[in-house]
Amino acid sequence: MSNNLKALGLRKSFGDIRAVDGVDLVVPAGQVLGFLGPNGAGKSTTMKLVTGFLEPDAGSVEICGDDLLAKPLAAKRHIGYLPEGAPAYPDMTVMEYLSFLASIRELTGATHKSALERGFSLLHLEPVAHQTIETLSKGFKRRVGLAAALLHDPPLLILDEPTDGLDPNQKHEVRMLIRELGQKKTIVLSTHILEEVEAVCDRAVIINRGRVEFDGTPQQLDAKAPADVTSNRLEWVFRDITSTDLQMQGGLK
Amino acid sequence: MKAIRIIFKREFASYFNTPLAAVFLVIFLFMCGIFTFQLGGLFDRGQADLRPFFNFHPWLYLFLVPAVAMRLWAEERRLGTVELLMTLPVNMRDLVLGKFLAAWAFLAVALAMTFPIWLTVSYLGNPDHGVIITSYLGSLLMAGAFLAIGSALSALTKNQVIAFVLCVVVCFGMLFSGFPLVLDFFGGWLPAFAIEAIASLSFLTHYEALSKGVIDLRDVLYFALVTGVFLYINALILDWKKAA
Ligand SMILES: Nc1ncnc2c1ncn2[C@@H]1O[C@H](COP(=O)(O)OP(=O)(O)O)[C@@H](O)[C@H]1O
Ligand SMILES: [Mg+2]
Repeated sequence: MSNNLKALGLRKSFGDIRAVDGVDLVVPAGQVLGFLGPNGAGKSTTMKLVTGFLEPDAGSVEICGDDLLAKPLAAKRHIGYLPEGAPAYPDMTVMEYLSFLASIRELTGATHKSALERGFSLLHLEPVAHQTIETLSKGFKRRVGLAAALLHDPPLLILDEPTDGLDPNQKHEVRMLIRELGQKKTIVLSTHILEEVEAVCDRAVIINRGRVEFDGTPQQLDAKAPADVTSNRLEWVFRDITSTDLQMQGGLK
Repeated sequence: MKAIRIIFKREFASYFNTPLAAVFLVIFLFMCGIFTFQLGGLFDRGQADLRPFFNFHPWLYLFLVPAVAMRLWAEERRLGTVELLMTLPVNMRDLVLGKFLAAWAFLAVALAMTFPIWLTVSYLGNPDHGVIITSYLGSLLMAGAFLAIGSALSALTKNQVIAFVLCVVVCFGMLFSGFPLVLDFFGGWLPAFAIEAIASLSFLTHYEALSKGVIDLRDVLYFALVTGVFLYINALILDWKKAA
């Protein structure tokens, strides 16, 4: 099976902070990967590196066979990216915004029209089509961001905290959508919510302080908890892996 | 090329999506009016030309162009949409040019709306229309150069106020080096060719040449060069921020 994302040896520092410190992320076609870690672990920075927003200090990124540094435009065409917080132009209407992105993605004529239609129906955006983005609720704004990432029907989706800040119903809805999309696409989604991983992911990668600390299936993650932990087992493992030594001494040990 | 057009269209429309455009146009035209008729004494001079009007443009632009330029990249960074733009399959060159051209076109609209002043002098007297046309051209070119400086500086920060202040300071420098006061100061101890070199760096020198009615290719090239260099710096700053 081919790899839709192949990132090797990624490193990125901001001044003294090593945000990403030697991360490998090889994701085969069709996989849904949950990228986990506490706040500040380096999830967003890794995603910015693999989408080409930031350049790594070291390491390489290949998207569906195209090298991101050597062929940035070709590589970027394969990616649908939802940045953290789903940024969008507040003064544009949803229709204007998605239409602008479809155009710049080189969709024209009937393809342009059908891409918009698909986006609007998949994310249930019809009722807000002519509302400006600044007037939307958080849930709708996130859906606009997801629609924007899906417009050009990319094989690889990079979603940075797609459910962050949503209410439980909206979270559920977005998870169902991701699960559905995961049938056909490769998805990397970051989160710090563990139930999300059980619900939608084939594979979990936990990073802490810029390093990969766990890489396996959600079942393997679950198996790391001792038998006497009966509830919130994934959470137990997550804390076990990512807590600082100090917290470990005071808490878990 | 296509990407430039799409970016241009979005940016240009965004000026009119917000009250910003209206506020800017009103202030611009109001200041033009004040400068021309009150301070410049257009009517009192008894001459049918637009010199007082055009003489004030460098000073008007010194504050108004940075106000337009400051948001170009700083706003994208504040909103986070810069992340969206830079992960699209679009060249940096197309992004920078598309945004710049849209802002320049907006300034051209503002400038075009001053035509009643032209009509007024035409009605009252018999002005040299050639001079007025080259003055408009010079003014537009100068606005473009100011704007390119502002665009580059706004890529440095997500704070629009900082972008504005930086831009005013640098643009002031570009004007200042042509000031008689400054040139006299250097005149005391620098050789003549050096003085001329300093003066030739200034917007004022080239703008005044154009507003005398002669299109000298060197003046046009000067503005084109300054604009090009700063847009290139703009792209370099964006690249540098990616790698920083
Ligand atoms: N632009 C930046 N400048 C300086 N430090 C940054 C920048 N972006 C991220 N960091 C730092 O890098 C680390 C990783 O951040 P991030 O990738 O956003 O983590 P996560 O998404 O896992 O919460 C944090 O310590 C953060 O403060
Ligand atoms: Mg993050």
